[in-house]
Amino acid sequence: MRWRSFIPLALFAALAVALFVGLDLNPRIIPSALIGKPAPALDLPPLPGKEPGLVAARLRDGEPTLVNVWASWCGPCRIEHPQLMALAEDEIIRMIGINYKDRQANALRFLAQLGDPYEAVGVDATGRTSIDWGVYGVPETFILDGAGRILLKHVGPIREEDLEEKILPAIAAAKRGTEP
Amino acid sequence: MRTMKRGFFLPLLLALFLPLQAMAIAFDVEQLADPAEEARARDLMRELRCLVCQNQSIEDSNATLAKDLRKIVRQRIEAGDSDAQVRQFLVDRYGEWVLMRPPFKPATLALWLGPVLLLAIGGVTLWFGIRRRKDPQQAPPLSAEEEARIAALNRDP
Repeated sequence: MRWRSFIPLALFAALAVALFVGLDLNPRIIPSALIGKPAPALDLPPLPGKEPGLVAARLRDGEPTLVNVWASWCGPCRIEHPQLMALAEDEIIRMIGINYKDRQANALRFLAQLGDPYEAVGVDATGRTSIDWGVYGVPETFILDGAGRILLKHVGPIREEDLEEKILPAIAAAKRGTEP
Repeated sequence: MRTMKRGFFLPLLLALFLPLQAMAIAFDVEQLADPAEEARARDLMRELRCLVCQNQSIEDSNATLAKDLRKIVRQRIEAGDSDAQVRQFLVDRYGEWVLMRPPFKPATLALWLGPVLLLAIGGVTLWFGIRRRKDPQQAPPLSAEEEARIAALNRDP
């Protein structure tokens, strides 16, 4: 019964591997309950000067959409903004913004200074609509297919590598009408 | 003297902990008018996880999102929702992650039964370990040669 003496070693190795893998997981990222489901209601007034606002019906018109939740007071939103601008300049996907708990003047200044990638921006002053979308911090980004189903949710700023690894593949899937 | 000291110190010690208890709850100005409904809302808030400060419930978190979620819990209760409906409202948006007490289902089997299983394995290991140690037949019987050596050692010098 020599093999029995290896049980503690095997248990230790299994535990070590499990914990090592755990080190790499980010507990801040909460899996979204909305993947594969139709996008929640979205009826928001526009930022002044950026009419019209947002209505959910437009998300189901057959064209894929990127929905970005942002605020001028949010630092990481500034980090991801160049990536959003790049997407907009290449006209890769229709992009709309949800302006989360912001002052309108600040929001407009943010867009004037850093560029405006959005086709439309809805103002979510109370954060209530964002809660329906399962948002728990800004920025968050959703990719919707033409039927208005949520294919991908990205929590936190879109870094350049996220663009290549997550966002663009999801957009491609949304255009093909398949799962990412 | 001794008893007097204790009679004074114990209440003082307990009193020192009172403010801590009070501060562990986030305070909302707007509460439900009906105390029974407010109590129900509070019980629910204790069972809902704050998504920003992840190991706090929305009842004791001061994050703005927790505040917004508390408001929603009160609104739902005022609108006549059952406890299960309020919970489902948040699960629909944030997933089962938002429940402090995860439901018992195949995906959470390891979570619920893991500790019991580990305890059982430990108990069985311990039981066998103790039994083996007590077992008088552990040592093999002495050989004839060994018996002869003991007899030789025991002989008077």
